[in-house]
Amino acid sequence: MMAHNQLPTPVPFVSPETEPYWSGARAGKLVLPHCAACDHPIWYPKAFCGDCGSLAVEWREASGLGTLYSFTEVHRGEGPYRETAGFVLALVDLDEGARVLTNIVEADPAELAIGQRVRAVFQDAGDAAALVRFSPIPEQSK
Amino acid sequence: MSIRGKAYIAGAFEHPLRDLPQHSVQQIHAECAIGALADAGLSLRDVDGYFSTGQLGFGGVSMTEYLGLKPWYVDATFVGGSSYLAHVGHAAAAIAAGKCKIALITQGAKVRGVIRGPKHTGDTPEFPFETVYGETNAGIYALAARRHMHEFGTTAEQLAAVKVAAANYAQYNPDALLRKPVTIEDVVNSPMIADPLHRLDCCVVTDGGGAIVVVAPEIARDLQRQSVKILGHAEFIKHSGNGPNDFTSTGAMVSAPRALAEAGVALGDVDYASIYDSFTITVIMTLEDFGFCKKGQGGAFVASGALGLDGVIPVNTDGGGLCNNHPGYQGGLVKIVEAVRQLRGEANSQTQVRDCAIAVAHGTGGGMSRQASVTLVLGREDA
Repeated sequence: MMAHNQLPTPVPFVSPETEPYWSGARAGKLVLPHCAACDHPIWYPKAFCGDCGSLAVEWREASGLGTLYSFTEVHRGEGPYRETAGFVLALVDLDEGARVLTNIVEADPAELAIGQRVRAVFQDAGDAAALVRFSPIPEQSK
Repeated sequence: MSIRGKAYIAGAFEHPLRDLPQHSVQQIHAECAIGALADAGLSLRDVDGYFSTGQLGFGGVSMTEYLGLKPWYVDATFVGGSSYLAHVGHAAAAIAAGKCKIALITQGAKVRGVIRGPKHTGDTPEFPFETVYGETNAGIYALAARRHMHEFGTTAEQLAAVKVAAANYAQYNPDALLRKPVTIEDVVNSPMIADPLHRLDCCVVTDGGGAIVVVAPEIARDLQRQSVKILGHAEFIKHSGNGPNDFTSTGAMVSAPRALAEAGVALGDVDYASIYDSFTITVIMTLEDFGFCKKGQGGAFVASGALGLDGVIPVNTDGGGLCNNHPGYQGGLVKIVEAVRQLRGEANSQTQVRDCAIAVAHGTGGGMSRQASVTLVLGREDA
């Protein structure tokens, strides 16, 4: 059975520090901060590199492709998800190197497997942001 | 510089009730404070250091006033459920530095029947990127359990063995919330909360709390009551700040060896372990990270009966957070109390570890994306 595709879309708190991430998502792009000095992506989004202390952060578009690290079907949601019958909470390893907490949508939870390839989908949340969820990449389009 | 032998736990108290609809949170703190001080043979007037999470009211100030304390030293460290283990370490360090002599640590909580609402998303830097996706405590630990299964072949039945061991102990604890023994089948047939975690893989939700009194050696010597010697303490915050965080290990990988080194204790000398058990998987990962078994072998280890009274390492003999008590989603203080009971020889008679001389108490505060691990090593007064 397909998972419920209409998950809640709670409006995230958007600050000037993290606005490029959320406006990017709203435009259908996965935009990540990179440390200009270390040249690696920073997760979660922030304008600070915890490796070297640099405040010089560049926002770059990522591929939106990743690999499923782990997943669970949550049957007891809380807050905005309290009435959601069951949904997939997941960790996705982005090809760029970050491990992000997200949902898997447009998929049968029973068909999911760790190591599966996934692609970002963007679902509007309020006027200034979109949630970044992922869906499996069908085998034939790999 | 070490805290080894520089301070003692002279009083320990676990609130006997698990459901306190008529109490205020501050009343729970107060009853626990009085209970632990009476256990030590001390009074409120003796206290010169006060430790709490500061979650109630204005940091550490509100409860200091409510309790009528006049401390020289106040600490409101909050690192989730392991806060109280940190407080013991901090109190020992403060006493070793001469900042205070009689430190009181209190916990009070009321959460039964309270529906967990939307979490704050603005004032915590990481929340906007996580809570919007329906993150729950069980969901986060389910991600850990599924990954552990994937990497190491851990099974649902092995997870269940942790609960079976806890329930076996809890039947002898008259205050435990859940006292009925359970089978592996009971656990894996209980409702799924977040797969692969079933309801019986999750800790209980209780009101209540407890308190601990930490004193200088000269105070401990003069008290009638048997004290417990603080041998070692270490903390580690494991997080994803500098690259992907694995979901198959805990901060115990760092805090446990550091605390044991400070104590001068080998793992094989530990007679009893209070291990944070928010979920069954938490125990398996933590035991691996302590080194009680190899990484990845935790499932087989717990399934072999290792946690029983005659096993490799008796764990959570009060029934733990899985059966006895996990007040306010924070199980750390109760972990200390049971270790103190074991070292004093005052555990329930059916669950007392024979000749218990060295114990560890370990807390895991927070989730898997980021967590505060705190390890205490404790010994009998003469250790």
